[in-house]
Amino acid sequence: MLKKLLTSALFAGFGAGLIVAVLQISIAVPVILEAELYESGQEVHYAGVVQMVAPDHNDTHGAEARAADTARAAGEAVEAEPTLEGFDWSRNIQTFLSTELTYIGYALLLIAGMALAARSGVVITARSGIIWGLAGFAAFSLSPGMGLPPELPGAMAAPLELRQMWWIGTVVATIAGLAAIAFGKNWLYWGGGICLLALPHLIGQPKAGGYGGVVPPELAGEFVGMTLAISAIGWAALGLFAGHFWAKDTKQPR
Amino acid sequence: MTTMSTTTATTTATTAAQADNRSEISLRSIILTATFGLGIMFAAGFAQSAVIHDAQHDTRHAIGFPCH
Repeated sequence: MLKKLLTSALFAGFGAGLIVAVLQISIAVPVILEAELYESGQEVHYAGVVQMVAPDHNDTHGAEARAADTARAAGEAVEAEPTLEGFDWSRNIQTFLSTELTYIGYALLLIAGMALAARSGVVITARSGIIWGLAGFAAFSLSPGMGLPPELPGAMAAPLELRQMWWIGTVVATIAGLAAIAFGKNWLYWGGGICLLALPHLIGQPKAGGYGGVVPPELAGEFVGMTLAISAIGWAALGLFAGHFWAKDTKQPR
Repeated sequence: MTTMSTTTATTTATTAAQADNRSEISLRSIILTATFGLGIMFAAGFAQSAVIHDAQHDTRHAIGFPCH
């Protein structure tokens, strides 16, 4: 039985991880690389904007002219046109492997959950697997991401340990809440489940205490949307694959 | 109507097959599977050793684990 659980998880995790890794490397990593240009000071947020606006006001507004000079000085200090590095094989292979590893970890947890439910007589199919997968997306990505959105390098944030604690607490509360709603028999469970879903957000995530990140907010927003979309696709695929391998290995007529 | 009853029959059979299966799933193997999963997830998402961190860097950002 252990072998069946492990092999199902390995196949499902590898398949979903492959999809996620390809999406990450093709659309999310370029945004991380761009953010690193701001983090390392090769690009300066607003420098170009102030330079473009400045000439019209140069003579009349001393303060703006000074701001423009500062920005121009900052602009001169960095490369004229910073360019993104090309496809970095070693970096992307590491990303590929660690994404595969993460999704195999997710798959082991998902399969363990499915096995636990199957023990109580819940039927798992490829189709119901998608719901399991989307629940996993809600628990591991969407709910923690609402308080701590996926960050680009160079963003401001609260101390790491506090964020990790809130993140883990939110994942656990969301799993418990969704399970209470899915498998509970009456309003006591359903109501309790809804409270558990809301609890981490009522407590509130640890905050940075200010806004001073060097990465443009537009880029950060783009990154959050894109990573959540990749997670949703990855988890839906993971649920589908896990449900499929689970049903395939369980003796049942087709 | 035939299709419907076939579907119902299949569902019943599936339920029966998976229900028979439930005693086979030991709690021990479920706990072991979950433990492996947690171990891998913490190594991938939370371990702060420099080597692990550098290798996992882009993945951690893109998956949304708290990082740095």
